[in-house]
Amino acid sequence: MNIDEVKVCILRMEGTNCEQETFDAFSRLGASPEFVHLKQLEGRDTIVGEKRNLEDYQILMFPGGFSAGDYIRAGAIFAARLKSSIKDDIIKFIEDGKAIGGFCNGFQIMVELGILPAFDCTLSEHPQAVLHANDSGKFECRPTVLRHESSGKCIWTSQLEKGDLRYIPSAHAEGKFMLPHESQEKEDELYHRLFDEGRIVFRYSDPNGDVDASYPYNPNGSRFNIAGITNEMGTVFGMMPHPERVFFRNTQPDWYRRKIGPEEGDGRIVFRSVLDHITKKF
Amino acid sequence: MFTVEVKVGLKKGVSDPEGSNSHKSLELLGFGEVKAVKSLKVYRMQIDAPSKEQAMDRVEEMCRKILTNPVIHTHEIEFL
Repeated sequence: MNIDEVKVCILRMEGTNCEQETFDAFSRLGASPEFVHLKQLEGRDTIVGEKRNLEDYQILMFPGGFSAGDYIRAGAIFAARLKSSIKDDIIKFIEDGKAIGGFCNGFQIMVELGILPAFDCTLSEHPQAVLHANDSGKFECRPTVLRHESSGKCIWTSQLEKGDLRYIPSAHAEGKFMLPHESQEKEDELYHRLFDEGRIVFRYSDPNGDVDASYPYNPNGSRFNIAGITNEMGTVFGMMPHPERVFFRNTQPDWYRRKIGPEEGDGRIVFRSVLDHITKKF
Repeated sequence: MFTVEVKVGLKKGVSDPEGSNSHKSLELLGFGEVKAVKSLKVYRMQIDAPSKEQAMDRVEEMCRKILTNPVIHTHEIEFL
């Protein structure tokens, strides 16, 4: 498949507000993104010609923002509506090996939807994790350093080396990744499973790559500094920071002094990686 | 018609920044007698159902589908 044939569904609803940067990232790399409102997939309140089918796309993106005003919980309303209308389409999309990504509110939606972490399933009936309120109790908005932890499993970061550091901004109030705590032993087991299966993609670190660094390097208090994870197949990927905001190097802090390469911001590789995978696979 | 309150709280051990910050603020304002604060979210709704049992079943379903995340939340349902 040529890159211009890769159709990207940039899914939005009321309150989504990072869709333009996400659209532009895919568009600038030559793919064919399209803004799609949730109602167009649901087939609700649409006129002839506006209905869209998920199966016509190769990538589904959940952009950041404050979908449905973050009411109830961040991402909960978007996820509940998706689950009640196109749950089977999403399961088929994932099982076909297509890619789903979400940044910030997108990650929150994916966790509430049950497609991450998705232990032993494609889409869990109930959430298996949560992105809880930051330990600081406030909105954290600044550049964060991420260390890449994946060894090639995640198709969204396949062009990154393990241990690579990336400067990608965070902007969230609910980003503390948590797994169920029935007992300490069971909780530890789930975290170890994520590590053992290579599903931890990014961890917050300090500029030296120390992933035990605490606040403010870890903006939300996530255990093990987890910033992004993938599913068992490596095709469904969510992260709290915003790679779409650092597509160009001149939107990064210290961009002049760091001299990180012509025009390439630290977030662009995420989009390049997934497009490379999709063009080869389909 | 039933009036129902759903109280959504946090499980034991889950961090509650809103509760702890409220507690700190109360202390700073001179309410030293406050020893603990927990935040809760309350949804009060009018339910049209044939019976209390059926209303209860529907509210439980709402809690499972959207109002709570079982990883961190507890909930209590009260008929007013």
